[in-house]
Amino acid sequence: MIPIMQTTEKASERLIRKNKKLSLKNPERNGKVIVYSAAFVTILATLAVTIFLTQQGLQSFYMSGINPLEFLTSTNWNPSGSNPSYGALAFIFGSLSVTVLSALIVAPFGIGAAIFMTEIAPSWGKKILQPVIEILVGIPSVVYGYLGLTVLVPFIRDHIGGSGYSLMAGVIVVSLMILPTVTTLSADAFNRLPNGLRSSSLALGATRWQTVRRVLLPTAMPGLLTAIILGMARAIGEALAIQMVIGNTTILPSSLLDPAATMTTIITLNMGHTTFNSAENNVLWTLGLLLLILSYGLVMLVRFLAARRKF
Amino acid sequence: MKKQWLLMFVVVVMVMAVAACGGEEEAETSAEESGGNGENDPAVGNESGSVTIAGSSAMQPLVGAAAEIYQEEEPEANIQVQAGGSGAGLSQVAAEQVDIGNSDLFAEEEDEIDAGELVDHRVAVVGMAPVVHPDAGVDDLTSEELIDVWTGEITNWSELGGADEEITLVNRPQSSGTRTTFVNHALHGEEPAEGITEDSSNTVRQIVSETEGAIGYLAFSYFDDSITKVSIDGVEPTAENVQTGEYPIWAYQHSYTHGEPQGLTKEFLDFMLSDEIQETLVPEQGYINVNQMEVERDAEGEETSVE
Repeated sequence: MIPIMQTTEKASERLIRKNKKLSLKNPERNGKVIVYSAAFVTILATLAVTIFLTQQGLQSFYMSGINPLEFLTSTNWNPSGSNPSYGALAFIFGSLSVTVLSALIVAPFGIGAAIFMTEIAPSWGKKILQPVIEILVGIPSVVYGYLGLTVLVPFIRDHIGGSGYSLMAGVIVVSLMILPTVTTLSADAFNRLPNGLRSSSLALGATRWQTVRRVLLPTAMPGLLTAIILGMARAIGEALAIQMVIGNTTILPSSLLDPAATMTTIITLNMGHTTFNSAENNVLWTLGLLLLILSYGLVMLVRFLAARRKF
Repeated sequence: MKKQWLLMFVVVVMVMAVAACGGEEEAETSAEESGGNGENDPAVGNESGSVTIAGSSAMQPLVGAAAEIYQEEEPEANIQVQAGGSGAGLSQVAAEQVDIGNSDLFAEEEDEIDAGELVDHRVAVVGMAPVVHPDAGVDDLTSEELIDVWTGEITNWSELGGADEEITLVNRPQSSGTRTTFVNHALHGEEPAEGITEDSSNTVRQIVSETEGAIGYLAFSYFDDSITKVSIDGVEPTAENVQTGEYPIWAYQHSYTHGEPQGLTKEFLDFMLSDEIQETLVPEQGYINVNQMEVERDAEGEETSVE
C-alpha cells in the first residue's frame, strides 16, 4: 500500500506530510486542532443546552404531574396557590403577539431604511444610517426598558389610555430593539444582488422606483424574510426591557392597551423565588423549553428561506 | 472525510459524557469549598476561612453590609453574599452548596424543602405596608376595605372617600415572599385580583408614584415622599407598632443553615444577632430589631407574645 500511495502523491502533499511529526511545532496540525475544537465546543454547547433544557422542561409533566394539554391551552395560571393550576396560554399568546406585532411594525421601516442605504443614497445614506444603526444595537436592553418605563408608559397613559403598562408599550420597545437587526440584514440582502440586475432593468427603461419595486424587492425577498425572522428570534427572547413596560399580568389581554405577560418575563420574575424541583420551578423550565422549540422553528424557517435564495 | 466525521462524533459524545459527570462533581466541590473552613486552615472557631451566603435579594443589602463590617473587624474572614432569590437560597442550603441560605419565608412553606434538616436563624424583621399614589386621597384603610380593594370589589378611590380615580393594583409575582407575607397578614389569605406585576421594590415604588390611583405594597425601607403609606385600622406602619404586635404586616428575615452552624458560620450569625448590628445597621437599613420583638410568629402564622 505505502509504495503505491507515494507514487500517486502530489509533490505539495508530500512536502506537507514531511513536516507532519508529532510535535507541538506543527502549525498545520495545530491550526486544525484549534479550528476543530472551536467547532466541537460550539456544537457541544448547543447540544448540552438542548439536552439539559429538554430534561428539565419535561420534568414538570412526568414528575410534577402537570397536564401538557392544560399547560398549553388553559389561561388559568396560579402555581403557588393551594389548588395550583399551570395554564400558560396567556404568556404563550403574549410572547407570540409581541413577536409578530413588532415584526409587522419593523418590516416596512427596516426594509425601507435598507433600500435607502443601498439603492437610493448609497454614499451618504450609509454614512449617516450605518452609525445610527450601530448605536441602536449597542444600547443595552435595560436602557430600552428604562426609557420605556419613564417616557413611553406615561405617554401612553396620558395620550392613549389605560395604565400605560400594556402590550402596546412592550411591542414598541421590542420594535425599537429589533429594528437595527432587520435593517442591517435587509441591507445585506440588497447588497448581495448582482449589479447586472440593476443595470439591465435601467437599460430596459425602468425608473429607479420600478427597478426597486419590480426587480430588486422580489429577488431579495428570501433574504428580507430571513432578516425579519432573525428579528423575531431576537424579539421572542427579549425579557428585561419588556418586563419593565408590559405590566406582567397573568391574564389574556383583550386589547393592545391591556397589560400582558410573555414567557420570558414570567421566567425572570419567578425563577429566583421558587425552589429547585418544585412544580413551580419545573413549569418555568417548561416555558424555557417552549422558547427553545420556537426559536428552533424560526431557525429552520431561516434555513428553508436561505435554500430558496437566488443570490 | 467520513473518518473525520466519525471521529468528531466520538469526541463530542465523550466530551458530553465527561461534562455530564463533571456537572455533579462541580456541585460537590463547590459545596466542599464553601464548607466553612479555610483551605489550609482546618481550625474551626477561628475567625478565618470563608462562608458563602445566597438567597433573598431583599436581604442581600443588610447581610452584605453586616458581612463588610465583620470582615473589617476580622480581616482573615471571607464572607461572600450573593442574591438570587429565597427559593434558590433554600434549595442551595438544603443541598449544602452554600453555608447560609437567606429566605423571606419559613422553609416549612416550601414543599420541596426538607425543613427538618434546616436550622432557622431570624436575623431581622421587615415591616411592609400598602402604599398609594399621593393624589389618591387615602391614608387609612380598615382591613376589610384593604381586602375589597385588592380583590377588585372596590375599583375607584371615591368609594372610600378619596379622589375619583380608578384603582390600579401593583402586585408582586406569585412566588415572591413579599407577596406571600402581604396576602397572609394583610389580606388574610385572599388572593389579589390581577394587576400590574413587578418584582423589584424600586420599580413598584416608581410605578405607584407615577400612576394615578395606583396601590402597591413595599417594605418600610422603601418609603419616601413620592408615595403615601397607608395605615391599617388606624395603626401606622412604624417599627414600634410592629414590635408591639399592633401592626400586622411583617415577616422575619431568615438565615437558614444545614444543621447547627459551626465555625465562622456560627460566629457570623451570632454577630448578625448581636446588639451591635441589631441596634445600628438593622434600623439604618430600614429593618426592625429582632431582639426587641414583643410578639413571635411560627411557620403557621400563629402569634404569641414574648416575655
